[in-house]
Amino acid sequence: MPSNKGDEVLVKIRGLRFFRGSLPIADGVDMDIRRGKVTAIMGPSGTGKTTLLKLIGGQLYPDAGEVLVDGKNIHTLSRKELYALRRRMGMLFQSGALLTDLDVFENVAFPIREHMTLPESMLRTLVLMKLESVGLRGARDLMPSELSGGMARRVALARAIALDPMMVMYDEPFTGQDPISMGVLVQLIRRLNDALGLTSIVVSHDVKETLSIADYVYVLSRGKVMGQGSPEELRKTDSEWLKQFLQGLPDGPVPFHYPGPDYFDDLINQDVDSHAS
Amino acid sequence: MEKILDRLQGLGVLALNVFGRLGRGSLFLFHTLVIMPQLWRRPGLVVRQIYSVGVLTLLIILVSGLFVGMVLGLQGYTTLVDFGAQESLGVVVSLSLVRELGPVVTALLFAGRAGSALTAEIGLMKATEQLSGMEMMAVDPYRQVFAPRFLAGFIAMPILAAIFSAVGVIGGYVVGVDMLGVDFGAFWSQMQAKVDFHEDVMNGVVKSLVFGLVCVWIALYEGYDATPTADGVSRATTRTVVHSSLAVLGLDFVLTALMFGDL
Amino acid sequence: MKQTRYMEISVGLFVAAGMIALFFLAMKVSNLTSISSDAGYTVTAYFENIGGLKVRSPVTVSGVLVGRVSAIDYDPARFEARVSMEIESRYDNLPDDTAASIFTAGLLGEQYIGLEPGASETNLKEGSELKLTQSALVLEQIIGQFLFSKAQEGAK
Repeated sequence: MPSNKGDEVLVKIRGLRFFRGSLPIADGVDMDIRRGKVTAIMGPSGTGKTTLLKLIGGQLYPDAGEVLVDGKNIHTLSRKELYALRRRMGMLFQSGALLTDLDVFENVAFPIREHMTLPESMLRTLVLMKLESVGLRGARDLMPSELSGGMARRVALARAIALDPMMVMYDEPFTGQDPISMGVLVQLIRRLNDALGLTSIVVSHDVKETLSIADYVYVLSRGKVMGQGSPEELRKTDSEWLKQFLQGLPDGPVPFHYPGPDYFDDLINQDVDSHAS
Repeated sequence: MEKILDRLQGLGVLALNVFGRLGRGSLFLFHTLVIMPQLWRRPGLVVRQIYSVGVLTLLIILVSGLFVGMVLGLQGYTTLVDFGAQESLGVVVSLSLVRELGPVVTALLFAGRAGSALTAEIGLMKATEQLSGMEMMAVDPYRQVFAPRFLAGFIAMPILAAIFSAVGVIGGYVVGVDMLGVDFGAFWSQMQAKVDFHEDVMNGVVKSLVFGLVCVWIALYEGYDATPTADGVSRATTRTVVHSSLAVLGLDFVLTALMFGDL
Repeated sequence: MKQTRYMEISVGLFVAAGMIALFFLAMKVSNLTSISSDAGYTVTAYFENIGGLKVRSPVTVSGVLVGRVSAIDYDPARFEARVSMEIESRYDNLPDDTAASIFTAGLLGEQYIGLEPGASETNLKEGSELKLTQSALVLEQIIGQFLFSKAQEGAK
């Protein structure tokens, strides 16, 4: 790594192609995720943003192109090297992905126990520090089923940073949250990023929250990068599509109607439809 | 002509599906077995699974074993008494249990109690991204999740089957000797004369080892392969019970033919 | 970790219960105690017809179990069945002119070999052959003969 230490770009994606059936998830995507910054990847739901994170984490293999994490092509690493690299990446899953048979404390302790042999007292200190940083030190004895969605995500965040990773990937961190826990999470992502010197990748379609914390934004649709830049640059865009997406307009380049036959013809022709009997 | 080609295509798709599943299932098994030696360093993981797979299944095994043995005693007695051969009741009860009912019924109950629970648990872990989460924490789910459960099932099944048979013999004894008045001495001595430890008892143990392997394999793979939705997990759970039961009964015939038959 | 302790203890009990069950099956249900392959000696006998004799059928002297049939095969040279039986080593003083007959326990019971000691001075040892044998009585043959003789009586 020392050779790459000066490199400003932590994750470099070049010419990435990945298809799910005939649906393009990534079709020639180039991205640079800079060290120490919060980079957001946005796009309408169903465009495979989560898949993109799994490609970066080496859980899926692309059809073409490469993903360099800290200078290493993640898809050509051996299993051992891959696991070594993953210890330095945290990931926050949409559902939290807490282990349901362990309590909050043990969930945060899990990666530490797996990868280091620490005396129990030191482990306890470390886990409590992580829990304190997400404000849930008092909830350590609860089981995952007793947590609200927002709390589960914060526990998962504490777990993601348990091994002091170099970067954290957030998969839809704001989805389905009430305004308060949304605000808490938005703040946490930014604060942890700056306090721990992390590199953060946030995948989301919540425009307002994401733009408020991101340093740099990529907008994806149908496997292509539709726009990129700082939040200010994006707000000033003159692309019709980006405007529709960022301002949430119901109709525009992305039509309100799912493609189908002409409305009038459809009403007349009763006999061609399976619902017509 | 077109219709024939359609049929052929359907057959081809079916065959590809079946072989694909078998292939992925075998790879899954292989992967699980390869990682198995690493469990020596983490016996706690296995103990925990023996608890949920074995100890929690014990009650249903005890109760069913007792009742099956009692029914065998009753049915065997009414048949044998016509030939004046009720002294052979011990033989009938113990051979049926040790050779067949012990391993088979235990495996069927295991598939229903523990197998379905395993599938549901793993399907839910998949649906809630716990498996992906482990991978991203650089923890191999094969070592952490699959291998311990696999080993636990493999260990628990013969233990459960032995307990089932033993309890069943006692059940047959209670009905035959205590209630129907078969001679106490004849019951045990005929049994001992006719039941061979290597031929009968050990073959029963071998059977239950095979059943254990097949049942956990199916249960784990169905969970692993489940569509990660509520519907997908419930379907996978059903498939586990159906496939395990069929596999156990089919394999039982093959094993019996190999062990006891002259086929 | 009180919970872990409870779990580990119950797993320990579970495994112990399994062992007890297997021990019970071995000692009480099956014959692991009576014939623990204590290296008896094997003798053979030829029979014209063995009837329903099976491997592991009992071999008795005066009704006392002394061994078991260890192998049955057909000798194509003599057109007879060769039965090997393993006799427990503590019964090593059987004379070498002992006779072997195949009997049936009860009308429908299983068949077994009954040995009748002779008067010879030398004893049976590993590999000896029992010369005097009597084949199994086959029920159909007996009934057939009985009917045949009755028919002959009637014809007179």
